[in-house]
Amino acid sequence: MHRPPPTTRRQFLGFASGALMVTLRPAEATPAMQSSAIRQVVGEAVVRAGKVKLDIPPLVENGNTVPMTVVVDNPMTPDNHVKSIHVFNEKNPQPNVGNFYLGPNAGRAQVATRIRLADSQKITAIAKLSDGSFWSASVDIIVTLAACTEEVI
Amino acid sequence: MAAALINVPKKAKRGDIIEIKTLMSHIMETGYRHMASGEIVPRDIITGFTCRYNGAEIFRADLYPAIAANPFISFFTTATESGKFEFEWIGDNGFSETASATITVE
Repeated sequence: MHRPPPTTRRQFLGFASGALMVTLRPAEATPAMQSSAIRQVVGEAVVRAGKVKLDIPPLVENGNTVPMTVVVDNPMTPDNHVKSIHVFNEKNPQPNVGNFYLGPNAGRAQVATRIRLADSQKITAIAKLSDGSFWSASVDIIVTLAACTEEVI
Repeated sequence: MAAALINVPKKAKRGDIIEIKTLMSHIMETGYRHMASGEIVPRDIITGFTCRYNGAEIFRADLYPAIAANPFISFFTTATESGKFEFEWIGDNGFSETASATITVE
């Protein structure tokens, strides 16, 4: 007498939910990718907390366009100025958000743009000063509607 | 079809710190979205932005897919002399656009 291979309901559900997990899992950066992207910018230098102010709403309804302002509390003179500002994310598919290069004539070390967030995550901004030091700030953001990395069009 | 919106003060006093706001219309397709057929929608983003003030570069940015569609960028500079701001965006698939604005410094 022929018997089908024994598949219990539990096994089947386990398999099905496993397959679902795999298909729904987005390609995302990890905190490790974020820190390696940061290392590529700062090298071996120490990144200290402070000076940088990262202004993003802490609760975001739509991750497709999130206003962000980075201000660095540092004078802008030829011998002491902010050279660049780098922004990184933790959970988008790619850890970089943007790099902004300023000059001593900028007058004020402030940039604003609009970014995408694929998930609730921590955003880090790092400023490089003309003396070679690095300063950073991080903000945790909750995103209710993620930017559409998965959406089918 | 691309269009830039630039906001630069028309007049400033010498030494004033002025804000420059720019917006370039662009889809900024991330390269991480799928079509119904399962194919990935190819990446199409602006990768670089530069601003020159009377020929000298005063601001530059590298952009990634995490920048929202129609990239808006604002930054500051010191008004030193009358002249021209030139803006340039470059990106995937040979995208290249320029815009300019003039300022009178008294």
